[in-house]
Amino acid sequence: MASTPLESLRDAYARTLISLGEEDPRLVVVDADLSSSTRTILFQERFPERFFNTGISEQNLMGMAAGLALCDRTVFASTFAVFATGRAWDQVRQSICYNQANVKIVATHGGITVGEDGATHQSNEDVALMRVLPNMRVIVPSDSRQTEEVIRTVHKERGPFYVRLSREEFPVIHESGYRFALGRYELLKEGRDTLVLATGKEVSEALTAARELEKIGKSVAVADCATVKPLDEEFLLSAASRYPRIVVAEEHQKAGGFASAVAEFLSERHPVQIGRIGLENVFGVSGKSSQLMAHYGLDSKGIYDYLQKFLG
Amino acid sequence: MISETSYNSATLEALREKARVIRVKALKEIACAQSGHPGGSLSCADILAALFFFKMRLNREDPHWEGRDLFVLSKGHGAPALYAVLSELGFVPEEDLCQLRQLGSNLQGHPDRNKTLGVDASTGSLGQGLSMAVGMALSLRLDRSDRRVYVVLGDGEMQEGQVWEALLKAGNSGLDNLTVIVDANGLQLDNRVEAINDLSPLRAKGDAFKWETQEIDGHDMESILKALEKCDQRNGKPHMIVARTVKGKGVSFMENQVKFHGKAPSSEQLEKALQELSADR
Ligand SMILES: Cc1ncc(C[n+]2csc(CCOP(=O)(O)OP(=O)(O)O)c2C)c(N)n1
Ligand SMILES: [Mg+2]
Repeated sequence: MASTPLESLRDAYARTLISLGEEDPRLVVVDADLSSSTRTILFQERFPERFFNTGISEQNLMGMAAGLALCDRTVFASTFAVFATGRAWDQVRQSICYNQANVKIVATHGGITVGEDGATHQSNEDVALMRVLPNMRVIVPSDSRQTEEVIRTVHKERGPFYVRLSREEFPVIHESGYRFALGRYELLKEGRDTLVLATGKEVSEALTAARELEKIGKSVAVADCATVKPLDEEFLLSAASRYPRIVVAEEHQKAGGFASAVAEFLSERHPVQIGRIGLENVFGVSGKSSQLMAHYGLDSKGIYDYLQKFLG
Repeated sequence: MISETSYNSATLEALREKARVIRVKALKEIACAQSGHPGGSLSCADILAALFFFKMRLNREDPHWEGRDLFVLSKGHGAPALYAVLSELGFVPEEDLCQLRQLGSNLQGHPDRNKTLGVDASTGSLGQGLSMAVGMALSLRLDRSDRRVYVVLGDGEMQEGQVWEALLKAGNSGLDNLTVIVDANGLQLDNRVEAINDLSPLRAKGDAFKWETQEIDGHDMESILKALEKCDQRNGKPHMIVARTVKGKGVSFMENQVKFHGKAPSSEQLEKALQELSADR
């Protein structure tokens, strides 16, 4: 995949926000002193009167976002994933979700790829925290093109969303002109031996691993499962009837995230063995993003090794 | 054990030199990592020098000494300055400094009490340090201990509601064993504090929350020492020092520059910065 171009999901978010801002005068954006990092600063430059910086106060950010939405505005609220979902969880629960407020939480710096800032800034529990909330839908995009489409989708759909973006640039895996369908998984590669259900960064990593595995005669399918909630139940049921063993790969704790969601669903409807690639009940550490991905077995090499063992 | 009670001109000179060394080391750490926060590390260097090499009771032979005063760097992104202090105290080996933020290093991007000797509380998520310090101060008071707790807060950090919850409780609890120093450099990550969500008048807010407050030039060593000595009074009120500082202090092209909040210097910039900091002597 060395030749695949890399693109920033954050920049794709800001670009799309500006274009939506042109179309929709009721769209507003709020941020908590991280607009230069989340890139909402670009929206501020274009529409200063429709941008609010709350300062370093994430709980207030989510409360204000809810209030703006309760006055019939479509609100995008951005900060780092760890603060959006952890610091302000009760505000997200009560003010946003319970109200069914039309707030789109688009958080950047999800996962371990935050890198050098270390454990305090790495968000490996956010998907778990958000997906358990009633009324909340959760999306973890895998590249910049999908991000653009996801942002357009959550703008169109009413109600709360959590979209998790990364600090990192990701390889572009979708064609231009790609259309995102909420709650539908995309089979990116066919395979006989097992299927990897992946989100975010793990989609391109799993694809690379699966292509390498072809060389040693292992045939692994890969699906992009950006919508963590609601699950694509139809896709999961047909996958479970085809593969006796499935692997879930995510840049997140193994507990509580997408793997848990898949396991909860399939254990009731069509039990199969589920392997999980993710963080094993640990805080992250400081380091370069690529080193951390390798350290925690989340890069293509880690997935390759995991699958080789998994397939025996 | 360091337990000076007063100072003379030689003390002041020595502390200014410590502050200079803290700045030099902090910048070298960040340059090695090519990641980290220079602006807020430089602005609190004089405050940290005064605390760790004059005011706080510590034992250089024993970082865990039971009689020590406690310190919370609530603005955890100032870690490079704290690590510089800890290396001057001998708690962090000199050669570790260049490992800042590297995989496997004891020096995490933000202070980690389980990895770095001499760190009393892990911080990094802004706004949480003061509450921990209030808990510590209450615990020390229960023990009838004369140990004290010192906290450095960022001014932008004070936009967090939790800070005001803790200020309120500490004032109402009369925690006179607690001292907060606000590194009031007037800048945060996106812009000037005033432009985003103004905090002024900060001192009056502290007064209103039943704190004993002072406002000083946070780069004037004598003012810092005087202010810290005043905080020794046990008059039933917690102590707040609003230290007016300059973000990036000591390096001309970093001073008052929002862009050096979280950007590492290039090797040329480091060289220039170190020149300026040695010309200071
Ligand atoms: C809860 C939380 N929100 C956001 C951040 C990201 N962040 C790191 S430093 C910073 C600005 C801090 O400004 P200030 O407190 O004034 O510190 P200083 O100027 O001394 O660097 C921000 C927003 C964080 N670390 N924690
Ligand atoms: Mg500041």
